[in-house]
Amino acid sequence: MAEAPRGRGQAAPMVMAAGMRYRWPKARTDCLVIDELVLEAGERVFLRGPSGSGKSTLLSLIGGVIQPGAGTISVAGQPLASLSAGARDRFRADHVGFVFQLFNLLPYLSGRDNILLACRFSAARRSRLAEAGVSPEAEVARLAARLDLAREVLARPAAELSVGQQQRVAAARALIGRPGLVIADEPTSALDADRQQAFVDLLLGECAVSGAALLFVSHDLRLAAHFDRVLDLEAINHAAGAAEQRA
Amino acid sequence: MTPVLALSLRSIGNRRLSVALTVIAVALSVALLLGVERLRNDAREGFAQTISGTDLVVGARGGAVQLLLYSVFHIGNASNNVSWQSMQRLAALPQVQWLVPISLGDSHRGMRVVGTTADFFTHYRHGAGRALGFAQGRAFAAAPDGLFEAVVGAEVAARFGYRIGQRIVLSHGSLGGEGGPRFADHADKPFTIVGVLGRTGTPVDRSVLVGLEGIEAIHVDWHGGAPIPGLSIAPEHVRKFDLSPKSVTAALIGLDSRVAVFRVQRQINTMGPEPLSAILPGATLQELWSLVGVAERALLAVSALVVAVGLAGLVAVVVASLGERRRELAILRALGASPLQIFALLALESVLLSLAGIAGGLGLLYGAIALAAPWLSASYGLDLAAGWPSAGEWRLLGAVLGASLAASLVPAWRAYRYSLADGLTIRI
Repeated sequence: MAEAPRGRGQAAPMVMAAGMRYRWPKARTDCLVIDELVLEAGERVFLRGPSGSGKSTLLSLIGGVIQPGAGTISVAGQPLASLSAGARDRFRADHVGFVFQLFNLLPYLSGRDNILLACRFSAARRSRLAEAGVSPEAEVARLAARLDLAREVLARPAAELSVGQQQRVAAARALIGRPGLVIADEPTSALDADRQQAFVDLLLGECAVSGAALLFVSHDLRLAAHFDRVLDLEAINHAAGAAEQRA
Repeated sequence: MTPVLALSLRSIGNRRLSVALTVIAVALSVALLLGVERLRNDAREGFAQTISGTDLVVGARGGAVQLLLYSVFHIGNASNNVSWQSMQRLAALPQVQWLVPISLGDSHRGMRVVGTTADFFTHYRHGAGRALGFAQGRAFAAAPDGLFEAVVGAEVAARFGYRIGQRIVLSHGSLGGEGGPRFADHADKPFTIVGVLGRTGTPVDRSVLVGLEGIEAIHVDWHGGAPIPGLSIAPEHVRKFDLSPKSVTAALIGLDSRVAVFRVQRQINTMGPEPLSAILPGATLQELWSLVGVAERALLAVSALVVAVGLAGLVAVVVASLGERRRELAILRALGASPLQIFALLALESVLLSLAGIAGGLGLLYGAIALAAPWLSASYGLDLAAGWPSAGEWRLLGAVLGASLAASLVPAWRAYRYSLADGLTIRI
């Protein structure tokens, strides 16, 4: 069930990992062993991963924060191993937007400044906006309108926003400047049950509009309905250590 | 790096209160350090200029520091006096422009009595060549008219509430100041205050100045340190006696040209028949300061420690904030910040706080100088300069900045380690 349908689009896959192994420093066994993982451009994938299944490790590998001990991983056609650590940081800023489970925002910045921060760290995001003829501020306003964030909400410090507002600001920050990939790590777990599906739909819709691939990680299969594909991390991760941890 | 500076400032703004308190602590410590440095320099300068414009001080043969102590600071006593004939020989030296004799030995309520001539008021200089000024009245007149006239220093006038016209009685002996042995009062021959000197910050403030003839006059019926029994000469009759001084304690000498000072010094030291010592007051003052200067250097060391404590507090606050900011670091990493940018963010924060502390310290220093300078000058004769920081102060500021840079590496390095270890994991 882990095999991805190949050749869906003409472009290179957004994420392609092969023969990838990772072991945390000082650990005795690998925590992640993935033979193949492919995420096509624009594809929206639900990755089911309970805690302990190597989820954070996989996301850090795709983000280029850590490097696999063996195997290759490419994002947007770029093999991450060929980049220096600093270049990987810039690459992540340019091509990947993250939405975390909780505490996505810098508490001392306003909602607006939190969204704009993604552009501050990435020249590519700024230039993509400039090519589209949109100023970052105008793009913030557009995203805020689509994500149902009022103007006064954007002006308030992030620490004063509700959890739902924080998650929508985080989504706007991940999406601004049209990165090719959005990674959401359990972004709904802190929301009320009835808000969860609404947020997932919002994220799916915005990724579709901007053409970004979405890797949505959650343990809650009820949210998987509207995705192109569902992957089970436990099934694709062959690491013995991960199995032990789960046991 | 641009987003880093903006983030630093916003992050500092978010923690205003704790940050403000640590900055105040650093500012206070910096102000203390600079204040001590400035006071120490001004005190040394003031001390070195206790007596200026005098090229040589001459007394009986003895140590240079000892001669300076008793003649200028009125501490201790001369072992021997200098005869008046020697004074006349000194005054007759071709290079000597002026000579002011000084006769010590009596006291008034613990204050030294200085027998001298009216020339003292013209030639005694302190600080950067400042002359003595009269707060009230005038100098004592020459004998016989001014025989029982006295001029008091600012401290004497302030301590005892003396004003012009008041009569004071001198006492024989002066060992050990106010509590020391006072053998007898010259109660039969009181002096009238005719002048009060302005504050100088020198031993002159604690002196009662009278004419040399006055000193002779109160001792005509004395012999060997005690009144001659059965002999008492009333002040109205004393003028009939020969009141020209027989001997004095020391003399201040000004030369025509300072170039000759070493030659004249050698000449006086080898001149017969009476063994004399001539010293350069400036050089001896420096020598004396090196003895008392230990305390001043200890004070500077203590204030340097206070600065170290201030900076340690600042670093502690930044490091303590790191624990709760680990998730912030993970967010920044996810947004593409490199570990080096995280390092820079934290280092910049500490450096900005230190700079604010240093600037605040300078502000406090100048504020305190502006407020305290008139009072210090009036009460202690200590002139604090409000000018730009001196080279020594710049060095201290540089050292503080260097220390704060070094200290800022602590939280920065810790954050760097966190950001490498945590990656994108949000730790709370």
